[in-house]
Amino acid sequence: MRLRVRYSKKGKVRFTSHRDVARIWERALRRVGLPMAYSQGFSPRPKMSFGLALSTGHESEAEFLELELSKDEEGETIDWNTERFVDLAERLTGALPVGLDVVAIAPVEKGDSLQQAVTSCTWSIEVDGMDMEQMNAWVADVLARDEIVVERERKGKPVVEDLRPHVLTLDVTGATETGVRLLADLGTQPRALRPSELLAALDPPLKAGTVCRMHQWMSQGDDREEPLTAPVTPAPSASVPA
Amino acid sequence: MSSLWSELERVLAEVQKPARYIGCEDGMTVPAHHPDAVAWLLLYPDTYEVGLPNQGLQILYEILNERPDAEAERSYAPWTDMAEVLRREGLPLFSVDTHRPASEFDILAFNLAAELVYTNVLECLDLAGMPVRAADRGPEHPLVLVGGHCSYNPEPMADFVDAAVLGDGEEVVGEITEVVAAWKASGPGSKAELLRALSGVTGVYVPSLYRAEFDGDRLSGIVPIDDAPPVVEKRTVADLADWPYPKNQLVPLTEVIHDRLNVEVFRGCTRGCRFCQAGMITRPVRERPAEQVRTMVAEGLRRTGYDEVSLTSLSTADFSGIQEVVTAAIADDACGQVSVSLPSLRVDAFTVGIAAELQKARRTGLTFAPEAGTWRMRQVINKLISEEDLYSAVESAYSQGWRRVKLYFMTGLPTETDEDTLAILELARKCIEVGRRHQRSPSVTVSVGGFVPKPFTPFQWFGQNTEDELRRKVGLLRDELKRQPKVYRGVQLKWHDARASVVEGMMSRGDRRLGRVIEDVWRAGGVFQEWGEHFDISLWETAMETHGMTFEDLVYRHRTSEEVLPWDHLSAGLHKDFLWQDWRDALDELGLEDCRWIPCYDCGACTGFGIEHVVASAVPPAGGSQGTGQDRSTGGEVPVSLMARPVTGQDSEMVVA
Repeated sequence: MRLRVRYSKKGKVRFTSHRDVARIWERALRRVGLPMAYSQGFSPRPKMSFGLALSTGHESEAEFLELELSKDEEGETIDWNTERFVDLAERLTGALPVGLDVVAIAPVEKGDSLQQAVTSCTWSIEVDGMDMEQMNAWVADVLARDEIVVERERKGKPVVEDLRPHVLTLDVTGATETGVRLLADLGTQPRALRPSELLAALDPPLKAGTVCRMHQWMSQGDDREEPLTAPVTPAPSASVPA
Repeated sequence: MSSLWSELERVLAEVQKPARYIGCEDGMTVPAHHPDAVAWLLLYPDTYEVGLPNQGLQILYEILNERPDAEAERSYAPWTDMAEVLRREGLPLFSVDTHRPASEFDILAFNLAAELVYTNVLECLDLAGMPVRAADRGPEHPLVLVGGHCSYNPEPMADFVDAAVLGDGEEVVGEITEVVAAWKASGPGSKAELLRALSGVTGVYVPSLYRAEFDGDRLSGIVPIDDAPPVVEKRTVADLADWPYPKNQLVPLTEVIHDRLNVEVFRGCTRGCRFCQAGMITRPVRERPAEQVRTMVAEGLRRTGYDEVSLTSLSTADFSGIQEVVTAAIADDACGQVSVSLPSLRVDAFTVGIAAELQKARRTGLTFAPEAGTWRMRQVINKLISEEDLYSAVESAYSQGWRRVKLYFMTGLPTETDEDTLAILELARKCIEVGRRHQRSPSVTVSVGGFVPKPFTPFQWFGQNTEDELRRKVGLLRDELKRQPKVYRGVQLKWHDARASVVEGMMSRGDRRLGRVIEDVWRAGGVFQEWGEHFDISLWETAMETHGMTFEDLVYRHRTSEEVLPWDHLSAGLHKDFLWQDWRDALDELGLEDCRWIPCYDCGACTGFGIEHVVASAVPPAGGSQGTGQDRSTGGEVPVSLMARPVTGQDSEMVVA
């Protein structure tokens, strides 16, 4: 049985790395006693696969993880009804640190990996030190361009890349205390465009404040859908002890 | 108190590994601040990854937070990039629990586990916004305490700390809390009053209440001023069963060293290795009841989600309840596949037998610490491992699937000859030979460290080998390997930086004059000196020269029996004449057996405190020659049946000391 889990990452815990989160998940799964399938070989690990990595320091409303179960707790197939998932979600959230909250769980068929299936992400990006007018001009400039060519290093070699095709939508949604907020849909194939790269693409480079991944999208013909929809009641925001 | 989090979160994206600074560990306490409570900030003056697992700090964190009159938070030395950001932004050192500024605490308590972190203490004080010298701090500043093994000679840090605490901390932190609480409650008082009151607590040494007297360059005495006690005794908790801590071991969100459940099975060691400060200063042996260990393991695994537990002590195979505890831990299915690791085991086949039983994980490497190459040398250091023991341990390791054996040695030991040094390679070669019976290409990694004499050991009088001499000895080994590569096929050699050993040795046995050197090095940017990438011997050489001191005098010189040692006014419970006799015995190549199972040598550790060894079994543990009454001239036969087990699990290593 394969389960897909949607969780959020907010507050202080956003400063953990992708690798840290994987280890946190392993311990949480052991704590709730979920019967995981293990890989074969010298170093058996619980079978779990993560979606697109989230940069250290970014928040997210939409992180995904798939778990392979060995069997259910009674050793046979049982009906994973909604109630059961709600209960599991609560137990997992309790075993995870403050700021990592499970918002939805559902069984899925084994298919493409999440990294392959997801084609774009919606990002909320705070940009400090800009006003609405400046930001609108910047957005217009980006959208008007046919290409945005940047040079970066990949495996020690310089590569030239056009970022423009990855910029699907770009909107200034409002002012914040220290700047403005952007909402951006950025493509992820073959390589995900990161919000920080987008902001640094034009001269002078802009600096991102708080960044939050709002959605991940899979293409369905002309439509798109999320790997797992969050319920109407959103996850409680992380209470940060201070 | 105020939280700096909103300022910090703006800059955390700029630094490496920001998870070092966020806290949020499972097991973390968020104390409700109360102005009358004594607020402790427990600091480990090294990186978060090194400091977080420290058991001593975690024990005190819990004990203090359980008290109604105290609260405790933690902090670790910010890495250099973070220190730079904090200074640029005008932000102070902070606690990781609630991100409060360090200066808002009543007490900053540093754990001194290694000498090379001393400059980091100054860095932390400066980042906290405080003068680094105790004399420049007033009652408005937090009190600065140090504890941990290095505080048995706190003299090099005497200028910077208000007090050093000797021995087990479980009880004394409560007494210190009461003294500070009373001082706070009595209204704005003078710091002198507080320090005088603290000096009345057993185990607390207040350096400013003692005058160091010199006769020329030679320390002639450390004299109490007014009514400070002439000798400060260490603290010892009698029964570990009363202190089942940590109850809620912290589970970090980011990777740290020793990232597993740790349960202390006993404290103290009477194997009597003469180089080992830990073994000498933590006596007597106090075992935790096996039943309590079992409970702590089972509950700890369930709570934390760890799949590995380490049973910690200075020699875990000597724990009376070892078999019982290990069997229970492995059989506990509630936690899934659990692997148990035993750091600091003995070198014998019995031990490897236990290791094999325990280690479900993949068997890649097993580490043994014979410490010296010849039997003569091992008698001098009282690490009584016969060659036969080593070979039977190695044989059982290779025969049970381990492919790589690591051997730890020291060089620069008292009476060491080049023959002793070269014998290290001979041992390694023979281990390979043993391994060939079981593996096609066995490998032995030989790791050689320079010996650093420590206070309160029989070797405290020994003049450390010079940097050149240590380097020459490592050179002997390298040349020999190069000269006969075929003979030593499979042997790899690793060695430690001899220059770091020199600085460590200087602090280890230094006196108050070193304060100026430590401050100079810190002011010149010398932080994180225990990290190879930051260690800079030239900073130390320059500072020594400036203040007219030499390594020759402080590090390389043999001390005489009449000489005043900088820690003579402190007591680890050991009689100085016992240590001196043991030093003479060492020079006579005379081994001394473990006193747990034979009559007392009167080292002082038990008698001084009215506390005796707490050992569940009157019978020495089975196996091996190390103080277990076996015939040491022939060494050990293999006393346990060695079971073959399926080999699964992840990579991990087990250290056998």
